[in-house]
Amino acid sequence: MSEFVEYSLLGLLSGGVIALVALSFVLIYKGTGVVNFAVGEVMMLGAYFYYAGTVTFGLAPWIAFALSLGLIGLLAVAVERSVLRPLSGQSAVAVLMATIGMASIIHGAVEAVWGGDTYSPPTLLPRTPLTFGEILIPGTVLGNFVVAAVLIGAFLAFFRYTKTGIALRATASDPVTAAVLGININYSQRLTWVLSGLVGTVAGVLIASSAGLSPLLAAAALGVFAAIILGGLDSILGAIVASLIIGWVEALAAGYLGGKTRDVVPYIVVLAILIVRPYGLFGTRTIERL
Amino acid sequence: MRRGSAPMGYPDSHRMDIATPAAVRPAGRARPGGLALSVEGVDLRFGGIHALREVSFAAAPGQITAIIGPNGAGKTSVFNTISGFYWPSAGLIRLGGEDITRVPVHARAALGLARTFQNIALFGGLSVLENIKLGGHHAMKAGVFSALRYGRAAREEEMALRAAVERDVIDFLEIDHIRHLPVDALPYGLQKRVELARALAMRPRVLMLDEPVAGMNREETEDMARFILDVQEEWGATVLLVEHDMGMVMDISSHVVVLNFGEVIASGTPAEVRRHPQVIEAYLGTEGAAA
Repeated sequence: MSEFVEYSLLGLLSGGVIALVALSFVLIYKGTGVVNFAVGEVMMLGAYFYYAGTVTFGLAPWIAFALSLGLIGLLAVAVERSVLRPLSGQSAVAVLMATIGMASIIHGAVEAVWGGDTYSPPTLLPRTPLTFGEILIPGTVLGNFVVAAVLIGAFLAFFRYTKTGIALRATASDPVTAAVLGININYSQRLTWVLSGLVGTVAGVLIASSAGLSPLLAAAALGVFAAIILGGLDSILGAIVASLIIGWVEALAAGYLGGKTRDVVPYIVVLAILIVRPYGLFGTRTIERL
Repeated sequence: MRRGSAPMGYPDSHRMDIATPAAVRPAGRARPGGLALSVEGVDLRFGGIHALREVSFAAAPGQITAIIGPNGAGKTSVFNTISGFYWPSAGLIRLGGEDITRVPVHARAALGLARTFQNIALFGGLSVLENIKLGGHHAMKAGVFSALRYGRAAREEEMALRAAVERDVIDFLEIDHIRHLPVDALPYGLQKRVELARALAMRPRVLMLDEPVAGMNREETEDMARFILDVQEEWGATVLLVEHDMGMVMDISSHVVVLNFGEVIASGTPAEVRRHPQVIEAYLGTEGAAA
């Protein structure tokens, strides 16, 4: 029994970071309608910037973290301006292919610069483990969860209560009308890409500093796609709940069925749920952007 | 704080001056007041289609001007050109004397231009109040970064805006009881009214209404006509209207412009337009023949 509780707890906690990556994806899907397949690569690149800052240049972790956020933010602005804005009005598939292209470019560049080795950058958060009776929770897992929860909470509040957040929702829902109301659509979309990049970078640094950094980090985003589809593509809340479910199922599968099954079992669960609810747990029935 | 000069009871501050440049804001007036809107020799083509041919007319400040014409005459094209969705191949759009032909769509809101759409364009999933508040978006300075830095200023601004919007627009249009409902849940007539409320929350100096009473019953139409007249009288806004309901157009407009096949074929007072032979032929043809 305590085994089950421990696996469940670890799974739900690691689901928090999955939710962060999912948030990075859903932000862009909701805000601009783009299905961004470069989410994992942006996350990985942010983590490599952090690694370069701390290890190669010997900066303090917090400074390196701030710098990598800044760099990813600038990159997001550049990509939005040079790649995505010219493609606005093109078919969704064309834009999707562009994001896949960006993913390959980032992946190739990272391998060219840093190779395929696994590094372990310093952690931002304390490593001290926590014990609850017989259950031991690694400090990074708990820390990651707390950071993810705070950030996600902040984003939900931002979209719900701030005028910029409401303006972003309006832009996502109907850009033409939003423009008539005086909302600068280009600014909204740029902001969406920057926010998504920053969230991805936070997730990347958290994962890399607890589980190690290699080009395989980008593949971690694949599990997130399962969560996003399960949650319903256009629902931030859905993405969070689905991420926790995926994290939980992964941990249970790894604990009871062996480490290799953790990559397979979540997909089986997602498939089973999608047969019953094809639009996901929280998605709009006609997958239309909210 | 100079409350005395606050337009429409808005809590006045330096921020309002940013929204409405001092140059176009009449000093010492209780209201922003309507601006003149003129369309001068506008030509618009889509590929081989000549949608508008040298269209010229003016909407006098503080008056209600209606654009009428058969389907496909170019009424919505005129609206979309004034809104900035289309850039005409020739001609000018002037707002308060200033050329706005090439001003981006979103920047026209700050100049005092607001509109509603023929097919209701409310944001689904947002409440009535959220939709209406978006109308005040352009007048608020606090953005994402300043909101973080000046949290308190942004909050006060937010509260001031909310109070002003509630007092003026929601009471005015009698939609207090539905303010927290999602717009999707509302009946058609009320959605139209919420869309008008959102346009009014923009503090328009020129308000464009694209078929405001289309699909409404007699009673709803009369309500809407009353609101439009109130907007013009109490808010002093210039109103430009596209509408098929001839009874309403003739009742409330002071000036009527008739379009046919992308050209202005007549303009004048409702009585003048009604008597115009080309209008009778193009638009009221059967009625004219019967009379």
